[in-house]
Amino acid sequence: MKFAKGIIAALLLSATAMPAWADYPDRPITLLVAWGAGGGTDAVARVVAVSLEKELGQSVNVVNRTGGSGVVGHSAMADAEPDGYTLGLATTEVNLMHWLGLTKLDYKVYTPLALMNQDPAGVQVSADSKYQNLGELLEAIKTSPPGTFRATGSGQGSSWHVAIAGLLNAEGIDASTVTWVPSDGAASGLQELLSGGTEIVPSSLVEARALIDAGRVKSLAYMSKERSKLFPDVPILKEETGSDWEFGAWRGIVAPKGLPDDIRDRLIAALKNVFDSEEYNQFMSAQGFGANFLSGEEFGNFMATNDVNFGKTMKAIGLTK
Amino acid sequence: MDVILQAFALVATGNVIVTIIAASMFGLFVGAVPGLTATMATALLVPLTFFMEPVAAVGAIVACSAMAIFAGDIPGALLRIPGTPASAAYVEDTYKLTQKGQAELGLGACVLFSALGGLFGTIVLIFAAPSLAEFAVKFSSPEYFWIALLGLTCAVFMGASSPAKGLLSLFIGLTIASVGLNNPAGVPRLTFGSTEMMAGIDFIPVMIGIFAISEVLRTVLSGGEGWQQAPEAVGNIFRDWGGMLRTYWKQLLRGNITGTAVGILPGAGSDVAAYVSYAISRRFSKTPEKYGTGHVEGVVEAGAANNASLSSAWVPALVFGIPGDTMTAIVIGVLYVKGMNPGPTLFIFNPQTIYAVFLIFILANLIMIPLGWALIKFSKNILRVSKAVLMPLILIFCIVGAFASNNAVYGVTIMLIFGVVGYLMEENDFPIAPCVLGIVIGPILEKNLITTLIKSQGNLLDFINRPIAFAIFAIFCLLWLSIIVSWIRAPRRTDEMLRAEPD
Repeated sequence: MKFAKGIIAALLLSATAMPAWADYPDRPITLLVAWGAGGGTDAVARVVAVSLEKELGQSVNVVNRTGGSGVVGHSAMADAEPDGYTLGLATTEVNLMHWLGLTKLDYKVYTPLALMNQDPAGVQVSADSKYQNLGELLEAIKTSPPGTFRATGSGQGSSWHVAIAGLLNAEGIDASTVTWVPSDGAASGLQELLSGGTEIVPSSLVEARALIDAGRVKSLAYMSKERSKLFPDVPILKEETGSDWEFGAWRGIVAPKGLPDDIRDRLIAALKNVFDSEEYNQFMSAQGFGANFLSGEEFGNFMATNDVNFGKTMKAIGLTK
Repeated sequence: MDVILQAFALVATGNVIVTIIAASMFGLFVGAVPGLTATMATALLVPLTFFMEPVAAVGAIVACSAMAIFAGDIPGALLRIPGTPASAAYVEDTYKLTQKGQAELGLGACVLFSALGGLFGTIVLIFAAPSLAEFAVKFSSPEYFWIALLGLTCAVFMGASSPAKGLLSLFIGLTIASVGLNNPAGVPRLTFGSTEMMAGIDFIPVMIGIFAISEVLRTVLSGGEGWQQAPEAVGNIFRDWGGMLRTYWKQLLRGNITGTAVGILPGAGSDVAAYVSYAISRRFSKTPEKYGTGHVEGVVEAGAANNASLSSAWVPALVFGIPGDTMTAIVIGVLYVKGMNPGPTLFIFNPQTIYAVFLIFILANLIMIPLGWALIKFSKNILRVSKAVLMPLILIFCIVGAFASNNAVYGVTIMLIFGVVGYLMEENDFPIAPCVLGIVIGPILEKNLITTLIKSQGNLLDFINRPIAFAIFAIFCLLWLSIIVSWIRAPRRTDEMLRAEPD
């Protein structure tokens, strides 16, 4: 009964003023997610929770705290007691929200535990588009008047907006040449692409997967170091244009700042086992999600590097406040 | 064909079937209790659907709403208190039949024609939705902009007794919808510096508050008196079926068509469908003088219409994400939670899930007959449940539901505030539907307005220079023209027609 569990977890959550115990964990753990049930992040959280339960011998309850483009959930992860009983599955937005001026919160308010997944962006166009490769598309963008090309796939200043802007920036093209059309997410962005309302959707390949398989959308490039396992025919950016720009949406487990070292090490070891487990790998490859693991410090450095890079791009395109 | 087999496999699991039957019984119970509407039944069910598989979740809502609309006829016939507003149109007829000792004739008609109407609406949904979706794939932001505007116009003028109050109610809804970060520019609006408010005002607690808490408040404030005793016996409801089908097949067909057409229009739900088709039935009847005196003809037509509208209201909801009535407005929220985002791509990504939902529609309308029969047999016991027991139970249900929507007390606060808002609105004759549709359609309208302006770099011509967009724009203009003409010609008539409320 997940329902009953949820209520119990909520009661426990409101009464967590106890110090960390040596025999951690001795009661259920809450895993906060800033996005809705049924979405990709929620699915990853639930798989991690099931495996983590086995590792720690305590139930792990996924609690969705949605809204405010992720601000609400990510704030809740930072504001919890750093006792190891409240964890969070943080997402790329941690590196974006504060640059946009939505919140003061950045990656420094967390104890990084483990990066669990990373999905690089692609450059998707409609299947009947006349551009066969990225070079042709970029050439057309350069030679056309600004505003001829429009891209969509997420909100203003959110992940995929930064992905395409960074790509153009790296090519020496003014990022505002391609108009960004805000959308609720990749699904409605792809709908716009099909209807001819926009020309480019720089979402992850996973999100475009159903439409690529249905033959209605094609992907011209992949913003990663190596080709996608899911679509090995799609060339990476470096092969196409020589550009070093990479962009991926990431998901990782964090705890509030100030987590005791022994609990931190215990959790990192458990998460490593979760990442290596068969369930996790099966799930990730079935969904087409990119598995990528970094633990503790490394994950912290990863967030710090991303933060600087995203900040530079967002400043260059005038998104920062 | 493959897709239909997959859909069968999705529905034919123990889990789904048990959920549907349980939701049906819940719907029958809520519908049969006077004052508790079908929309409220749906709103109360939503938190439970969070813990179900997508098909079971949507199936539960389908079954629950269909049953509740039918079950509303029972207390109408037995006590002259319609269980849901959709049964109010013909309550005089069914009640007078009961007084004449012919309760089985009236209730039999309700069961049979509710099921038939529901099946007809489902067939329209099955055939119209996928082809409409193929067409709707070509829709971009200007088309959605006009459809949303069309929906808001209908929302104000279809259900409201006074357009001015409808418009005010709509503006309340639009204001609620504008709170938070979820607007195209991602700018926090009306958040007063609160992190919770950045998420906006969550739709589900608002629904629970406005539809359920308001009713609890009303009962408490009126002293929670009980209802009269139900008559003791109802005869064999199946006895007159053959005769009614032979005599009234034309009325059945007309009711089906009227109900389906009204259902597809955004903003007009099953109550409007019942009123409109009852009026049409009387107008074309050979014996209009018998209406309201215990005559079954109007019951046949309007009873079919309200259930038909229920199914067809899903057409715009599934294809465009624009709700056809308050119930589908709630359904859209559930679809998003379940990752079945409404819109034409739903038919490309998940055709088997959609066909599974269609199968559940058929199933729900078929099991309505045995369950309806059982409920009629049992109804006098339901009507004995004291309000002093019922209302606290509903309140508990509401609080759990509002909390579960985002696992925060914030949801409960919103629910309580909107319970009071809903109560005050209804007490002062402000229609609720425009407000609810404003909350759902408002963001769609804003998003598509801004998106179109960004894409066209501010050129207003882009709103009408695509053929489909222009066609919808033309329909929109015609609608307004007809509204203005009807105001000039008969300023009071529509007012009185729609004010024919049950007492």
